[in-house]
Amino acid sequence: MSQYVVLIYEDEESWASGGQEAYDQAMKEHMKFGKENQAALKGGSALQPTATATSIRRDSSGNQSVTDGPFAETKEALGGYYVIEAPDLDAAIAIAKQVPARFGGVEVRPVMEFD
Amino acid sequence: MAEAHRREWGFVLAATVRITRDIDVAEECVQDAYAKALRAWGSTGVPTKPSAWLTTVAKRRALDLGRRQATFKRSLPLLVDEQEAPALDSAALGEAADDRLRLVFTCCHPALSPDAQVALTLRLLCGLTTAEVARAFLVTETTMAARITRAKKKIAAARIPFRVPAPDEMPARIDAVLTVVLLLFTTGHRAPAGENLVRADLVERALDLARMLRALLPADADVAGLLGLILLTDARRATRTAPDGRLLLLEEQDRALWDSDAIVEGVALVDEAHRRRPPGRFALQAAIAAVHAQAPSWEETDWEEIVGLYDHLVTVWPSPVVALNRAVAVGLARGAPAGLAALAALAAEPQLADYSYLPAARAEFLRRIGRLSEARASYDEALRLTDNAVERKFLAERIGQLEAAPGTSAGERAT
Repeated sequence: MSQYVVLIYEDEESWASGGQEAYDQAMKEHMKFGKENQAALKGGSALQPTATATSIRRDSSGNQSVTDGPFAETKEALGGYYVIEAPDLDAAIAIAKQVPARFGGVEVRPVMEFD
Repeated sequence: MAEAHRREWGFVLAATVRITRDIDVAEECVQDAYAKALRAWGSTGVPTKPSAWLTTVAKRRALDLGRRQATFKRSLPLLVDEQEAPALDSAALGEAADDRLRLVFTCCHPALSPDAQVALTLRLLCGLTTAEVARAFLVTETTMAARITRAKKKIAAARIPFRVPAPDEMPARIDAVLTVVLLLFTTGHRAPAGENLVRADLVERALDLARMLRALLPADADVAGLLGLILLTDARRATRTAPDGRLLLLEEQDRALWDSDAIVEGVALVDEAHRRRPPGRFALQAAIAAVHAQAPSWEETDWEEIVGLYDHLVTVWPSPVVALNRAVAVGLARGAPAGLAALAALAAEPQLADYSYLPAARAEFLRRIGRLSEARASYDEALRLTDNAVERKFLAERIGQLEAAPGTSAGERAT
């Protein structure tokens, strides 16, 4: 068994225009996903929107500089993630396809294992 | 010995991968076995079943290695799921067949980039060296080696499994495999660069793979369609260049020299491929090839039927290249102005920006209706976009003819 992280990327503007209806629908879908994949789910969280993000990088003089916003401005922003356990990538993909991501999609990344 | 190598590599590797669960280690064991074979068969001769000999030796080495290591490497992703209900009747097909199918589905996994899928398929299933694969795709050996290494690392790190997909995954997965095999074929059929029009070695590999898939998946309509398409297109091989190496268009080819056995076999496969409703893209492409193959001459080709088939194909496979081929058929069915109108709709397609066949087709139609200076400009554009020596010569000749006197006939771009 191996762990994978399923990263959820979605267009935040679509969420804004979707309003309460979209939000409620997504909640329902995430609960359903959680119930149906209980055995494989090892963790996960929804993240608050990128407007709440703070980034820290080293500037040209080597000092850490704190700025407003996500690390990279992309059309689809990171909105949440699940940690799942699966025997191989095909099994991980089968689970990841069930993750609700109406306004975008997901990335499946294997977790690094250290000896 | 070289023959045994080509034919058997995929079999032996696939069987060995099942034990080692690591492609690199499996390759070493197989190479070892081949080296032993060279020494042993020098005196005893090649056995009647070289693959059985090679497989036994390679697997024995793999088991040896496994015993000597404390554990198999932990990051091995390759799992053979013995419990899964096979999509095929494995009792009928036999273990060896399953292993080759597992290997081809692994090489063509959608988690690998298309470039990587093609490279791995050629390297692992067809037994081409890295240098040979590099030559096929016009990159340096270093670049190709890096590409293959990255792909193997992805397989290991993401744990891409060594298995035949479940029935519900099959349609998409088979499509990926067939796409790779077709790309191999078209790369060989009309080589993107180099001195010859055809790279026979790639065509042969593609045909071998298509036949292998047909044997392993006899009920699949798209697999039948692909094999039919390859047979019907390759049937023309002998006639595509003149004895002096000049490119011959479909219009100019001596149809008596087309491979009639291949055509008969291809047409039967097209019928079979169409039993699935609606027909898939491989079945439709094969059907188009069949219309050409069965037309007694260029003049008697049913272009309207071809346009109709392209109409279906474009809905199933909305690719700009398909739209281009359709536009050419439209021009041949309904006249050059109609063809030019259809081509004009594609002028802004980004995917066709570097595709020499678009300006070449435009040039041919412009020439037909006497718009010679525009035809010249389009031929020039096409010439800039192709690196194949035979095609360049053809285009240069067309330009020469324009300068000499107006041409009287133009041919479809297909050869």
